[in-house]
Amino acid sequence: MATVETIEDQSASGARKRTVNDMSIQVATVNGSGSQTANTILLRAIFQMGIPVSGKNIFPSNIAGLPTWYTVRANHSGYIARKKEIDYLVAMNPETAKEDVLNLTAGASVVYDEPLRLRDLRQDLVFYPVPFDKIVAPVCPDARLRRLVRNMIYVGALARLLNIDMEEAHRALNKQLGSKPKALTLNWNAIQAGFAYAEKNLPKDDGYSVERMNKTAGKILIDGNAAAAMGCMFAGVTVLSWYPITPSSSLAEALIDYLSRFRVDPETGKATYAVVQAEDELAALGMAVGAGWAGARSMTTTSGPGISLMSEFTGLAYYTEIPVVIFDIQRTGPSTGLPTRTMQGDILSTAYLSHGDTAHLLLFPNSVDECFELSQEAFNLAEEFQTPVFVMSDLDIGMNNWMADPFPYPDKPIRRGKVLNAADLERLQIFERYRDVDGDGVCYRTLPGTDHPLAAYFTRGSGHNEKAGYSERGEDYQNNMDRLKRKFETARKSLPAPVIEEDPGAEIGIIAFGSTHWAVIESRDQLRSEQNIPTAYLRLRAFPFNDDLAAFVKRMKRVYLVEQNRDGQMCDLVRGAVWRDCNKVRSIRYYTGFPIDARTITDEILSQELTH
Amino acid sequence: MSATTVASMPPKKVNRIGLDVSVYRGGKSTLCAGCGHNAITERIIEAFYEMGVNPTQVIKMSGIGCSSKAPAYFLKPSHGFNAVHGRMPSVATGAVLANLQLLAIGVSGDGDTASIGIGQFVHLMRRNLPLIYIIEDNGCYGLTKGQFSATADLGSKQKTGAINELPPIDTCTLAIQLGATFVARSFSGDKKQLGGILKAAIAHRGTSMLDVISPCVTFNDHEGSTKSYNYMKQHDEPLHEIDFVPFFENIEVDYDPGETQDVQMHDGSHLRLRKLDHSYDATDPQKALQVIEESRQENEVLTGILYINPASKTLPDILRMVDEPLALLSQDRVRPGPAVLEEIMEELR
Repeated sequence: MATVETIEDQSASGARKRTVNDMSIQVATVNGSGSQTANTILLRAIFQMGIPVSGKNIFPSNIAGLPTWYTVRANHSGYIARKKEIDYLVAMNPETAKEDVLNLTAGASVVYDEPLRLRDLRQDLVFYPVPFDKIVAPVCPDARLRRLVRNMIYVGALARLLNIDMEEAHRALNKQLGSKPKALTLNWNAIQAGFAYAEKNLPKDDGYSVERMNKTAGKILIDGNAAAAMGCMFAGVTVLSWYPITPSSSLAEALIDYLSRFRVDPETGKATYAVVQAEDELAALGMAVGAGWAGARSMTTTSGPGISLMSEFTGLAYYTEIPVVIFDIQRTGPSTGLPTRTMQGDILSTAYLSHGDTAHLLLFPNSVDECFELSQEAFNLAEEFQTPVFVMSDLDIGMNNWMADPFPYPDKPIRRGKVLNAADLERLQIFERYRDVDGDGVCYRTLPGTDHPLAAYFTRGSGHNEKAGYSERGEDYQNNMDRLKRKFETARKSLPAPVIEEDPGAEIGIIAFGSTHWAVIESRDQLRSEQNIPTAYLRLRAFPFNDDLAAFVKRMKRVYLVEQNRDGQMCDLVRGAVWRDCNKVRSIRYYTGFPIDARTITDEILSQELTH
Repeated sequence: MSATTVASMPPKKVNRIGLDVSVYRGGKSTLCAGCGHNAITERIIEAFYEMGVNPTQVIKMSGIGCSSKAPAYFLKPSHGFNAVHGRMPSVATGAVLANLQLLAIGVSGDGDTASIGIGQFVHLMRRNLPLIYIIEDNGCYGLTKGQFSATADLGSKQKTGAINELPPIDTCTLAIQLGATFVARSFSGDKKQLGGILKAAIAHRGTSMLDVISPCVTFNDHEGSTKSYNYMKQHDEPLHEIDFVPFFENIEVDYDPGETQDVQMHDGSHLRLRKLDHSYDATDPQKALQVIEESRQENEVLTGILYINPASKTLPDILRMVDEPLALLSQDRVRPGPAVLEEIMEELR
């Protein structure tokens, strides 16, 4: 008993230590209970108080009934990766409440539905019981709506417990439900009831709180799929063919929404685009390839299972040299895997997707900003290099809410690559589709419909010579394959370069890409402040890699490649690219389906450094 | 054109846009001598020539198989695309949407359509994409040496002696059920009928689905095959005689409405179907399904324009697209201005 007392004392005193603007709140609910609106209000209210914030939805592959968790992280230093520890749990789901509470670290707080009787589970936590049903009944007379409105109670209770400005909660609610005055009133009453209950019945017994800062002024909150969709619209996409699959559907749906608002002629009502929901992923890419061949800026969007199905068409587009943009919003595989969880798991399979010798251009956005920026660049690269370009996002970037500075308007013109029109053909008097006129491996193409007798050529996935004629000659085949390799080498130099940041005196390097970035930058700060270990960091933005990568590995003593898959897929590619120094490259892998956190990286680097 | 012709030469025969028929030819066929597909190629060349279609405004699409090689053998001035097995419909869909001003012709086979490509085929039929879709149907896989395809009739004999024990997929029946707007069946050996159907298909707005029985002389032309020249000569049952009067010919020919069905096409052309069965109405899908089934039970191959609906909405109609090719829209048409970006940013603040 004495031991327990001591722990409780320690935790209580530890918990009461004042921690301002640095916490993670996890809301555990049942999928389909309408908690998304409540969670968004929580997120936005903190965001509007000027505190850097991120929201991550850990949801099930289900429409209603299975457990779902939403994590809001507020951090004054701007860390927005997932935090390993939960500081504040809102336990609404009877199915998971017990396990959720048992998993908390000592000192955490739990706001919970009173009938769940969680208080007895642990002595080292702070408990705030809230009788949700009793509070919601008077504010929501319509019993059918109570299930949805009761979530607002925890928004109010948390506002009171954490010092969240109620004015900001109201503004956030207005943003969500402003167009529905009845719902607005109902939900606001519930938030206020939650606040009042906490004020009267829940004396503050922990040290966590928020205070207004000025770190989010002018910033936006957006998910990566919407950001990418916006990029596609400003890139001038004209054909989208897609097949629904989590977590990529919301990209297509956001794009359809933007296009219908901003790409329809207000006078004629005619669209400057075409969207087709295809019968499967094969057809989705087939349509995009056909459109790209005929000169459209075309794209499709999918996830791992779709990438597998797109293998054949990807090879065709590679070999026949057709521009097309493919978004892969990666999720946890293999097979159906965990469809609603994140992974960087399609790196190897996509880099060399399809049979025969193929290799593709891959872009790795790390943020909503880069989802916007690199999706525009993807269309330019696809048309310049007449080849598929994959934008390798993931569920964490794609479907979660991130803050960002407002996106810059694209200041550069669209680049459409080497296309000859009828006037060019008249001047040149010769056209050979697969002849390397410029020596860079990139040939000239004509678009179907070019009204000139020299314009036509025959596109085929079978062997072809420089004139696009059918050929089974070994020499023709090899020449063509060598030129495709030459084109790949040209592309290597044109792709977005890695971003490098270096602490003075760093001997240890970290390489990462995509959503892993956010945990890496936090981990570097942990290594520096807690262990006095300076690091250098190279963030990959594209495959194939340029020379910066090999130079970086060369000047480091050791390099840790951090990625979110089991097999170290990017590590394999990097080791191959820096083969002279490949034994310097160590691998850190994380693959639970949850977004990686900084502490995991820091601990793993320290442990591998010790065994060095 | 005639002005530049050397005086001593006889004037070349040209079509209404001044091109002679050789322009409509393609490369030399590498298919077997006597292959039905070569005859279809000839009919395509004639139809496009006679209709005066500008070949640079045509795209030729195909999948994989003997049939799918055919686009290389006609319309050399047209862009062609020999895609992957069974997936031509999707590629054609993208290409057509990218440029609505082009006339698209797709050539497939019975394996390419009815087996590996059945999924894309059925969705193509639903969408009514402006496309002439020809199945060069020989009931077997020619390029892999004669295996049965899914259009092989029950009881048909393979060259090895094997008997087909599975029921066939009737692509015409399927197309009509799925809402296709122009469905025809013909025989590669019926020059006049196939020519008329092809011209009507060129004039049709929407998908024209043509199942053309096209015997494989090497693997499926023997006794016991139901896709042989002999079998077709004995069992071909034409529904009507087809007269196609293109819009540019405007010839007034009297016809008896009791014997001849007149269908006005979208471009002003007229399709005159001189009925051999007087009760047949080519605009009635139920009737079409019924007579196809009845003929099948009598071991007849019913040919002709089985069903036509000249006034249906096409996929581009449904998508309410601009008429100009999407492929050629300039940057100012496809990239909204800074005010749009600012409007979206404001919503996200």
